[in-house]
Amino acid sequence: MYSQGLIGAKTDTGEDEAFLAAFQARIDAEEKIEPNDPMPDGYRKTLVRQIGQHAHSEIVGMLPEGNWITRAPSLRRKAALLAKVQDEGGHGLYLYSAAETLGVSREQMTEELLSGKAKYSSIFNYPTPTWADIGAIGWLVDGAAIMNQIPLCRCSYGPYARAMIRVCKEESFHQRQGYEIMMTLARGSDDQKEMAQDALDRWWWPSLMMFGPHDSESQHGDQSMKWKIKRFTNDELRQKFVDATVPQAEFIGLKIPDPELKWNEEKGGYDFGAIDWDEFWRVVKGGGPMNRQRIEARRKAWEEGAWVREAALAHAEKRKARRAAAKMAAE
Amino acid sequence: MPKNQIPLWEVFIRPRNGLAHKHCGSVHAADEVMALQAARDVYTRRGEGTSIWVVPSSAITASDPENKDENFEPALSKVYRHPTFYDIPDDVGHM
Ligand SMILES: [Fe+2]
Ligand SMILES: [Fe+2]
Repeated sequence: MYSQGLIGAKTDTGEDEAFLAAFQARIDAEEKIEPNDPMPDGYRKTLVRQIGQHAHSEIVGMLPEGNWITRAPSLRRKAALLAKVQDEGGHGLYLYSAAETLGVSREQMTEELLSGKAKYSSIFNYPTPTWADIGAIGWLVDGAAIMNQIPLCRCSYGPYARAMIRVCKEESFHQRQGYEIMMTLARGSDDQKEMAQDALDRWWWPSLMMFGPHDSESQHGDQSMKWKIKRFTNDELRQKFVDATVPQAEFIGLKIPDPELKWNEEKGGYDFGAIDWDEFWRVVKGGGPMNRQRIEARRKAWEEGAWVREAALAHAEKRKARRAAAKMAAE
Repeated sequence: MPKNQIPLWEVFIRPRNGLAHKHCGSVHAADEVMALQAARDVYTRRGEGTSIWVVPSSAITASDPENKDENFEPALSKVYRHPTFYDIPDDVGHM
């Protein structure tokens, strides 16, 4: 699912003007850049950072929802949630593969996630205490991710664009299953409706933060737009998300927790209240309610899986040696 | 490849019989059996294929993009390789 406005990338690049101009001409002609093509170092670095963050977000994103798999309220919900979480794992793998085409290894990316050097979407550092959170995540978090990811299908870097096309095909089910959960709760008992509203209250603002800092604050947005890594700015995408989501909340009788939310006829979109950026940066930098647990869970999986990876490699070596010995004996 | 790094495999999938296998991505796996299993889980969760090939990435030799012009430019100038190059009167009928 879950790309987020890029956090803290450096786009400076050391090539000469002619090289940069030739590269920009290819981009302007809507040519796709493929792994072994010449590219500015800043372009490569920005992509490694962005695709890496995106991949980590998919992987860490499995944790808040995985929390409810064993407690889903029905077999239908459980099967759907399992399939969704499995998709997110798949998205992480498509994206790691895309990043690897730029010359970074899977091990290196994993280590950077575990050490805290690499970031992931701030949204996954919030807890999922109730079943309604699973509805809210599918509806809002996957919904926000879709807004972000559809334009990435046209990203100038071929492997990233292709991975995004696969991802986008799978996201629509994620959002619909989430909205269906919210709708069911919103039409249920008073307690259920309250649970749905509480989840919306907690997830609304973090979902808006998923689009990243305001355009005026994000230093590297311009270069990413010029290189066509991004096609829309953070604020444009956030506005689209708000405009699409408000009527969906109204339809199921839930209230967006923003007293300043108001339709603006002139701009043809909603005006909405100020986002708490202090909270955003606090969560990105590790101070969210669940940062420690998320990384701890990833570290545990990585460390406790080490013997499996080693055994698989040893087994492959042994089989290779046996085949070689059998071939020698036959000759 | 550094020791302890799990090898990379390129994955090719045939969407259905009658079509060619097409490259769709890559997976890491210790051997070909696990590579096939991983490719199935990662790339065919919604009926995308009826057959999978996995090939060690290290076994692929690729043309160098630097030589793109000398490799592929010559084809562009040979318009006589295309049927539309030849003037045949319409009266002859479809040919
Ligand atoms: Fe995803
Ligand atoms: Fe998703």
